[in-house]
Amino acid sequence: MALIGAPTIGLLLFYVWPFVNLIVEAVDIESTRETLGRERTRSIIWFTTWQAVASTLSTLVVGLAPAWVIARFEFTGRRFLSSLLTAVFVLPTVVMGAAFLALLPDSLDRTVWGVIGAHVVFNLAVVVRTVGAVWEHLPTDMEAAASTLGASPFVVFKEITLPLIRPALTAAAAIVFLFTFTSFGVIRVLGAPGTRTIEVEVWRRATQLGQVDQAAVLALLQLGVLAAVAVWSSVAARRHSRALELRPLSRPQRPRTKAERRAIPLIAGVTAVVAVAPLAALVISSVSSPTGWTLSGWTGLDSAEIRPGINVGVDPVAALTNSVQTAAWATAFATIIGGLASLGIAAAGRAGRVLDAGLMLPVGTSAVTVGFGMLITFDRSPFDWRATWWIVPVGHALVAVPFVVRTTLSVLRSVDNDLSAAAATLGASPTRAWREVVVPHLWRPLAVGSALAAAISLGEFGATSFLSRSGGETLPIAIEQLLGRTGSLLQTKGYALSVVLAAVTIALVMVVDRTGDVAGARRREGNDGRR
Amino acid sequence: MITVHRTIAALAASAIVLASCGSDGNDAATADTVAADVVDADGPITLVTYESFPTEETPINDQLAAFTAETGIEVEILVAGDTGTMLSKAELTAGNPEGDVMWGIDNSFLTRAISSEIFEPYTADGLDAIDDQFTALVPNGEATPVDFGDVCINYDIGALEGLGIEPPASLDDLTDPTYADLLVVQNPATSSPGLAFLIATIDEYGADGWQDYWSSLVDNGVSVTDGWTDAYYGEFTYAGGDRPLVVSYGSSPPFEVLFGEGLTEAPTGVVESTCFRQVEFAGVLAGTDQPEAARQLIDFMISEPFQAEVPLNLFVFPSNTDVELDQAFQDFAVIPDSSRSVEPDVVDANREEWIDEWTDLVIG
Repeated sequence: MALIGAPTIGLLLFYVWPFVNLIVEAVDIESTRETLGRERTRSIIWFTTWQAVASTLSTLVVGLAPAWVIARFEFTGRRFLSSLLTAVFVLPTVVMGAAFLALLPDSLDRTVWGVIGAHVVFNLAVVVRTVGAVWEHLPTDMEAAASTLGASPFVVFKEITLPLIRPALTAAAAIVFLFTFTSFGVIRVLGAPGTRTIEVEVWRRATQLGQVDQAAVLALLQLGVLAAVAVWSSVAARRHSRALELRPLSRPQRPRTKAERRAIPLIAGVTAVVAVAPLAALVISSVSSPTGWTLSGWTGLDSAEIRPGINVGVDPVAALTNSVQTAAWATAFATIIGGLASLGIAAAGRAGRVLDAGLMLPVGTSAVTVGFGMLITFDRSPFDWRATWWIVPVGHALVAVPFVVRTTLSVLRSVDNDLSAAAATLGASPTRAWREVVVPHLWRPLAVGSALAAAISLGEFGATSFLSRSGGETLPIAIEQLLGRTGSLLQTKGYALSVVLAAVTIALVMVVDRTGDVAGARRREGNDGRR
Repeated sequence: MITVHRTIAALAASAIVLASCGSDGNDAATADTVAADVVDADGPITLVTYESFPTEETPINDQLAAFTAETGIEVEILVAGDTGTMLSKAELTAGNPEGDVMWGIDNSFLTRAISSEIFEPYTADGLDAIDDQFTALVPNGEATPVDFGDVCINYDIGALEGLGIEPPASLDDLTDPTYADLLVVQNPATSSPGLAFLIATIDEYGADGWQDYWSSLVDNGVSVTDGWTDAYYGEFTYAGGDRPLVVSYGSSPPFEVLFGEGLTEAPTGVVESTCFRQVEFAGVLAGTDQPEAARQLIDFMISEPFQAEVPLNLFVFPSNTDVELDQAFQDFAVIPDSSRSVEPDVVDANREEWIDEWTDLVIG
């Protein structure tokens, strides 16, 4: 019972209640009318939508080639390229914004084109992984047959491949759309002051203008759109899904034709450059000044002074410490709650499924909404928790728990039930059987989940924008503040912090990727063995 | 390896602690990392302020140290962004504030601060020495007037001479192509001088005319920063930037004389007709754990020794009429004869609408 109970209480207390409170308390007819009646609100909704659509379509178009190459062909650096794209995808949003700020020429800085570019590079991994996963399993004989019958490669793609990968494309599109529709960190860093998504406007109204009610109306509006897209995507997925004989993974092939030998390295190379260039620009900017190379961004990280005695109110080193501590607690919370939840979900039937879906909700709604709800809910005694040290880690944990659950649950479900039965037959008590059979499998997914949770916490920006207090800034908050300044030294420090954050995140993801693959390979071996 | 039972028990226990963690008591050991938030009746008190308030190494900080020596109360300075941001944060944390005393809410934001009850009313000791026209703004001790100044267009005399152009003489001039791409202002949503300047333009052009004026400023290449610090130290030519016109204070020129070595004349000037009178207030933040210490700090901050340091460190004039101004201030500071001011009620009724309209107009 504790297995299901604790995560459920946590979810109800820290997510459901704040969320309901946000709607009930803040939203009324008057504020709704005022918010929706404002012309600017309509233009923000329009902007949010079109930039998300543009970003999504661009990501799909750009991502198809690398998805094809990685799914179908074996070449040197294939795994590295795939890991690289994943690492880029998991980069904190403010770091991605910073990287593009560093990369783009001044004329493109603070423009919507820069934002869309960042969105595309950011989300390439979604297309490559989601579409690639189907693509690599597609039987090649239909394509071969079409080719033999004289179809050009384009016609083969359009008539055969595209319909087959379409469900995966739809799924990828839905994910990219949700991410870019709620874009916050990238826009805060990279967008002009007037470039505002609904998410940014929620933050601005609540924290800059003190208009909590109008911010809540916008948050709700955004949620409506997100829900609609989620429903559309699941309906679309069902409608387009077709029975396919997916072959067990046929190993990717070395490029054979001359065209392939030319195209594959080109596509792979360009993809790698696209993924690495922003990161390289970030590093270069952290050691550049208008007058030449400098290390002062790094050596001066202990202060953020504008002139002696006057500082911007963020201390880069303190932000680093805050982030590490916050991430440590968030990881602990997420791992404990996520671990318990996984065990509970695996054990319980329907209640487990409800909890599973419930824990996913904080990811589905936006991080800004999570932080906003918590801030205006936990403001009255005895629930006045705004100043507690754990409120930020709890906010982060809410976002991270689903990732712990997903990694752990998949392993738990793959544990062979026969083994438990065998242990029981041999006289082991249920706990003993569980301990000997299940527990040994738990550590690895929990470690992977923890690493993911740490990466998520380190980069979390939306909820933290609401929950962190002056003096308690985390790295992403400090980076945004420093990069928003005109002084070149402050910006250099912002880039230096971004490099630190990027390096830590990438290291965590690389570890996860390795471990995950090992675990995956084990599972596959196990399945094959049984068959 | 720990047994399963104990593992589960430990996990469940931590989860329950997590879910029910309401008291700060048991967490004190882990909470020392966020010292400012810890409830500790005898600890330092926290002065929340805007970012142009110096945090160390200036005479104003020496005065705070003197306060500590005298009372045993330590003061920590917490920079919370620009006035608008600082106020919004205070509203969102009302009742459980980020500090004990706040310095720097100005008259254009004051009514908002009062209606959202971020301050605990307090009538300071020594209020008699404060200029009556300021205390009249807060008849019931809603906050305490601590300084005043005029927000005006400042210009860099040398830079304009270098360009071969005369300083502007009025708000109108700023839309003249002669001054294209030369002006930097602050965002009124986040910055108090920014809001003051916006109100000055509304005072000049009226409720229906200021929008056209700002459109002309935009066409003329006005630059916008979030705060005064960024505008003055980041973009103003005299501080190393590339724009010789900036929204700043009437007291900025003497500041430059005092800190520019060997200067006998002010290197910057003030366009008097653009000035808007700004009064700043401090207050005890409602919900402080140390109201008594907080009140003592307020008393101290309007006393002569502290007020005497206000001009040279904060660019503004002391609200305490007993303070004698430094010679440089008497010579170079500008207190315009007729500074603009707008009724607080009018500002209060329209502030958000103005800011929204301005935002749409200027930064899109």
